Amino acid sequence: MGLTEKNEPALNLIQVARGHQKDGDPGIILTTLEKAVNWARKGSLWPMTFGLACCAIEMIAAVSSRYDIDRYGAGVFRASPRQSDLMIVAGTVCVRMAPVIRKIYDQMPEPRYVIAMGSCATSGNIYDSYSVVQGVDRFIPVDMYVPGCPPTPEALFDGILKLQEQIMQRGVFSKKPPEAVKA
Amino acid sequence: MPQPLEDQRTTVYKVDREHPANPTLPTLRTEEMMLNMGPQHPSTHGVLKIVLSLEGERIVKATPVMGFLHRGVEKLAEDGTYHQFIPHTDRLDYVCAMYNNFAYCRAVEKLLDLKVPPRAEYLRTIVAEVQRIIGHLFWLGTQALDIGAMTVFFYTFRDREILLDFFDELCGARLTTSWYRIGGVERDFTPDLVEKLRQFCDYFPPKLDEYITFLDTNRIWLSRTKGVAVISAEDAINFGLSGPTLRGSSVDYDLRKFEPYAAYGECQWSVPVGKNGDTYDRYWVRVEEMRQSRNMVKQLLEKIPDGPVMADMPSVTLPPKDKVFNDLASMIQQFKLFSQGFEAPKGEIYCGTEAAKGELGFYIVSDGGGKPYRLKIRAPSFIHMGAFDYMARGYMIADIVTIFGTYDIVMGECDR
Amino acid sequence: MHPDAQKIQQAFPEAVQNAVEWRGDLTIHVKRERLHAVCRYLHDDPGLDYDYIVHVSSVDWPDHPERFEVVYEFYSIRRKQRIRVKARVPEDDCVVDSMTDIWKGADFMEREVFDMMGIRFRNHPNLVRVLLPDDFPEGYPLRKDFPVRGKGWRDTFTFIGEKTG
Repeated sequence: MGLTEKNEPALNLIQVARGHQKDGDPGIILTTLEKAVNWARKGSLWPMTFGLACCAIEMIAAVSSRYDIDRYGAGVFRASPRQSDLMIVAGTVCVRMAPVIRKIYDQMPEPRYVIAMGSCATSGNIYDSYSVVQGVDRFIPVDMYVPGCPPTPEALFDGILKLQEQIMQRGVFSKKPPEAVKA
Repeated sequence: MPQPLEDQRTTVYKVDREHPANPTLPTLRTEEMMLNMGPQHPSTHGVLKIVLSLEGERIVKATPVMGFLHRGVEKLAEDGTYHQFIPHTDRLDYVCAMYNNFAYCRAVEKLLDLKVPPRAEYLRTIVAEVQRIIGHLFWLGTQALDIGAMTVFFYTFRDREILLDFFDELCGARLTTSWYRIGGVERDFTPDLVEKLRQFCDYFPPKLDEYITFLDTNRIWLSRTKGVAVISAEDAINFGLSGPTLRGSSVDYDLRKFEPYAAYGECQWSVPVGKNGDTYDRYWVRVEEMRQSRNMVKQLLEKIPDGPVMADMPSVTLPPKDKVFNDLASMIQQFKLFSQGFEAPKGEIYCGTEAAKGELGFYIVSDGGGKPYRLKIRAPSFIHMGAFDYMARGYMIADIVTIFGTYDIVMGECDR
Repeated sequence: MHPDAQKIQQAFPEAVQNAVEWRGDLTIHVKRERLHAVCRYLHDDPGLDYDYIVHVSSVDWPDHPERFEVVYEFYSIRRKQRIRVKARVPEDDCVVDSMTDIWKGADFMEREVFDMMGIRFRNHPNLVRVLLPDDFPEGYPLRKDFPVRGKGWRDTFTFIGEKTG
């Protein structure tokens, strides 16, 4: 990170700022800025109200006073996708609802994250029938899967915290290769 | 029995166009507007789409479009045994899940003509009434939240959490429990749980009175609920409405009194009935039902009889779980019951139960095998949606969310 | 024989085929053409007074020549009495009269029967699918020849690739 092979600090300040091209790191100023941006993003994840079925009740319980989701910064539930950055797909995804979910996902501005909450959104659960999509990841990209039927609010928080860790490792000014982002 | 409050509406000023003293008003060209309240909306009532035809702000026609949560449960029932359907019933009315288990187990026991031991009947009734309290607390919180009174939501959910802890300790799950079994219940109460319920019975009434003070004399609540979504008794019966929505229109049809089952005949309680059939009366009926449920639980806790909690019919009922892993005969019985099912007699029954939302019924047709030949779920929410258009006409857009709430619709049950 | 069943048989001797009482439920088998008249009589007659419609349902018996069975269940709130009325419908002509003119609640219930089993109802004000989308391509799910997993519709997502954002 701005250091040469022999562990000596580089004297050229522009080189320090632009970064050492060897390992792709953006350099000390941009890395700090990246960390700050990621910290702001993870600390204010605004979810969108997307409760479909039973998991919605546990999501509402997560919002209520005992399990308070607001202490993780994710308490402002926006009804409009244009103002939110996290979509928690909570509940069974039926084929009839799939275009609606896709449309709403497309309307969210980047950076956007998706949590598939519950077994129905992850893989279809016990509903192996003609009208249930076997997992929401068939048509939208999912960042975090939270298993359970329904997952308790604590399990949902586990998912949100792991998502926050994942967000901290993302690249803001350059695309990091997928291997660099640890689970 | 306390009565609902008298009318305290604010005056509404209307321009009388016929009166000769009023100057002639200019005629405007008006058109009907179609507005789509799509499947994703801020109100908390699940995925339901309403297509509204509006004249200004007045609703001319409100067409509900359902099926966004249609999971094919009735078809899945034909694919598995009777025991395997119990978790599916949990997810029907997922707010008060155990009542659906109760309704289904009662239906299968009627088909098999199976008698449940008295201790199990008492435990079933106690848990069912606690589930009714949970369901109505959820309803109260979300109805108030949708109308705008956010404080009530936090308070009711706090009490709901106390009861969900109780269920967590009883059977391991908070929300979609499957504690009822065909022939009884899965496991007994511990003395610790009985004590917790007793404490809850003492804790609850003053809290409920506190929540009602937020709403009962609040002018905004009264003007948003009095006179809104009125339905008369004949119309309500003709549509097939049930539960608090029917009792708000002064029809005292309650299956727990008309066809007593479980331990409902063993305690003193009464059925609250409204007068005018509007939203305020239905709210009042549900609050009174919570009080009556708490009274029932308190009375029944004192006189639970001793005995087994599962009927003694090894060809049908499941063995206790701790025996299944230790005793060969129990393991074989469990395996046989889950792979082939039991031999149900050939015939058909209908069994209705008074769930929190209304009359939840199961119509089961059996052809003598281990799997139900046809299982039809009579879901109160679906039938209430049938009356939605009729109820919503003439009211304003802002009343749509009130009407969702007052008819207490849960989409898991409506779409199955 | 149950007194209600006797009364109906006296009023419609050619329509009632059978009356069964099992586990406390009374079921009457009626001919399809007279189903509406029998139900009208059940509703209007003050001695029977079945004013509450409980459910409308259908059962598929593929081996029987008259394949489908339409089931109506009614309840009398005043007399606290239940009754079930059934009619058989053949597959090539699966039409039954609708009861929406007697009970308004039959509207959605009959739509669901049409949606799931394919039985049509004459004089129904709005007979379209209610739980599945209007353009569901695979037929009627609750028939016995329809596979539980469907025929592939659940995996087709035609909207991927469209620009909607």
